Amino acid sequence: MAVIEVKNLRKSYGEVKALKGISFDVKQNEIFGLIGPDGAGKSTLIRILNSLILSDEGHVSVMGKDPNKQYQYIRNHIGYMPGRFSLYEDLSVKENLEFFATIFGTTIKKSYNLIKDIYQQIEPFNDRKAGALSGGMKQKLALCSALIHYPKVLFLDEPTTGVDPVSRKEFWQIIKGLHQHNITIIVSTPYMDEADLCDRVALMNDGEILRIDTPQNVASSLGKTLYALETNEGNYKLIKALREYPYMDSVFPFGEKLHYTDQRENDISSELNSYLKDKGFSKISIERIASNTEDVFIRLMNNQKQ
Amino acid sequence: MSALKFILQKEFKQIFRDKGMLPIIFVMPIMQLMVLSFAATFDVKNIQLEIVDRDHSQLSQSLIEKYEASAYFNIVEFKHATDTKGTSLQEGSVNISLEIPNDFEKSLTQNTPVSLSAKVNAIDGMTAGISASYAQSIIQEFREEYINKNKALLAQNKTPFKVNFSMQNWYNSTLNYKFYMVPGLLVLLVSMIGMFLTSMNIVKEKEIGTIEQLNVTPITKGEFILGKVLPFWCIGMFVLSLGLIIAKLAFSVPMLGPIYLIFLFAMLYLLVVLGIGLFISTLADTQQQSMFIAWFFMVIFVLLSGMFTPIENMPVWAQQITYLNPFRYFIEVMRSVLLKGATWDDIKINFLIIGIYAIIINTMSVLAYRKTNG
Repeated sequence: MAVIEVKNLRKSYGEVKALKGISFDVKQNEIFGLIGPDGAGKSTLIRILNSLILSDEGHVSVMGKDPNKQYQYIRNHIGYMPGRFSLYEDLSVKENLEFFATIFGTTIKKSYNLIKDIYQQIEPFNDRKAGALSGGMKQKLALCSALIHYPKVLFLDEPTTGVDPVSRKEFWQIIKGLHQHNITIIVSTPYMDEADLCDRVALMNDGEILRIDTPQNVASSLGKTLYALETNEGNYKLIKALREYPYMDSVFPFGEKLHYTDQRENDISSELNSYLKDKGFSKISIERIASNTEDVFIRLMNNQKQ
Repeated sequence: MSALKFILQKEFKQIFRDKGMLPIIFVMPIMQLMVLSFAATFDVKNIQLEIVDRDHSQLSQSLIEKYEASAYFNIVEFKHATDTKGTSLQEGSVNISLEIPNDFEKSLTQNTPVSLSAKVNAIDGMTAGISASYAQSIIQEFREEYINKNKALLAQNKTPFKVNFSMQNWYNSTLNYKFYMVPGLLVLLVSMIGMFLTSMNIVKEKEIGTIEQLNVTPITKGEFILGKVLPFWCIGMFVLSLGLIIAKLAFSVPMLGPIYLIFLFAMLYLLVVLGIGLFISTLADTQQQSMFIAWFFMVIFVLLSGMFTPIENMPVWAQQITYLNPFRYFIEVMRSVLLKGATWDDIKINFLIIGIYAIIINTMSVLAYRKTNG
């Protein structure tokens, strides 16, 4: 059974269309990733699902309830961690947790089993004001208080944005660990590499969902052979040269290298090599590689623009 | 409703933890009452007087002596008949320039009308009016004495028109302006706490984003608003009590009427200002904005409240606007209960109006609040 059902959902802020008719389902116990750049509509979508804002059009159901109407039920059974730290900075760690526990009619003790792994890391700072915690600690505290009432669905809005790589990794381990507690998790992120950590992902851009699938299927869905290119010259010159190549399909920088696809199906490494040599490049390295989520995303995004 | 209890607990914790808030609650009332009550006085003393004596007679001399003897006047300039007109009034070193004409004594002895001219620096209209009337009353006094002394002489001619001018100050017999100001300042204090602190406190949740987290909890809007407003209602009542104690102990403000009426009225009145605070919070997104909006209302309310300037002196249209001003009603209640000993019958209309006001403003605020935080 789908925990979340969204059909043809639309939302505008005045002239700006934040969501242009999107549809998807989230299954029980899934970690569902909303992947996309800033302004893709991820936060708007999450805020509609957790009843913070009203949708304009379309059908939405969360745990079988309509967030526009039965928001009291939804609010009692979801956890939400906003992108921005939203706990009371002038209350201590313990006071924050106690406050959110009591307004949900529960106690820290009752939920201890669920939050134990996370809470133990911040428990030594129980009496410290939340405002005086480090970024990673704040985030753990926010997650604890989002979990304090045993939610059935957990919404995490860009939980790893602006977090150092070590903490990011740690945080994803925590999210994975929540799996065993029967919690369905919807997580948004602008980091493409985090897609692989989800069970299923929706690639979002400009208010539309470009693709929904498992990360493995998304990554392999490029449909073209992907080459990674590197030469003695800078990427700028190389891009210029490749754009003049008549069989060029797409080329874009990816880290230190360029990712290139060709219009022809067969292996064109040697032909491309000689073309670049003619153009005066040396130390040419052409490598066939497997595509990842970002390659697919950029391709889908370019198609969307056309 | 148990959620409300926890919200209140949290609010009080935060208020008493806020280093900026405590002085506002405890120090500001005392400071304002102690300092402003002395500063905001309408007493006119030390009127700087210039006398231009063109007569140099015995009578003009005795008039001048009367001014010298008066506690209200300081003769700072003395000019003679031959002196050209002075510029001290222009320079601002004197408040009044009194000119005694050269036929002063002659006219008086002949019992013909005589005109003295007094030029008053009226940049500050209130001070000007009061000092002019002081100056006039001395002339009046002088005239009466003269008539009494020279009855026999005057009897030959027609008896001059005699004016009996007596004044009694009721409700504030010593004309102690502190009695007048302190109740008004108390209203100002209570209102500031209601408007500023409430709106700032609600907007703070928006500004730092905690409202986002709060909105996905089962807390209802009603609980949230009550949780935000009730602490300041209590603090407002506390500040009022503190202020009344200071008024009694430090200023010996008379408290003739039943004090419980003031507290009852304040309970109702605070609902109005808290409602305004709530309304402001729906208009603002940051504490700074809410502060500016609150100031805008505050200045209008204060100037149109009758706190500093009597409402009766305002033009009719302004007087009509004051009927919309909640400050006005509380100041009226304060002054009439404390100074006049008013009872329920005298102020029940104020209760009624403020009650209606509370209902209207709170309905408006709650509706506006719903709209902005859908």
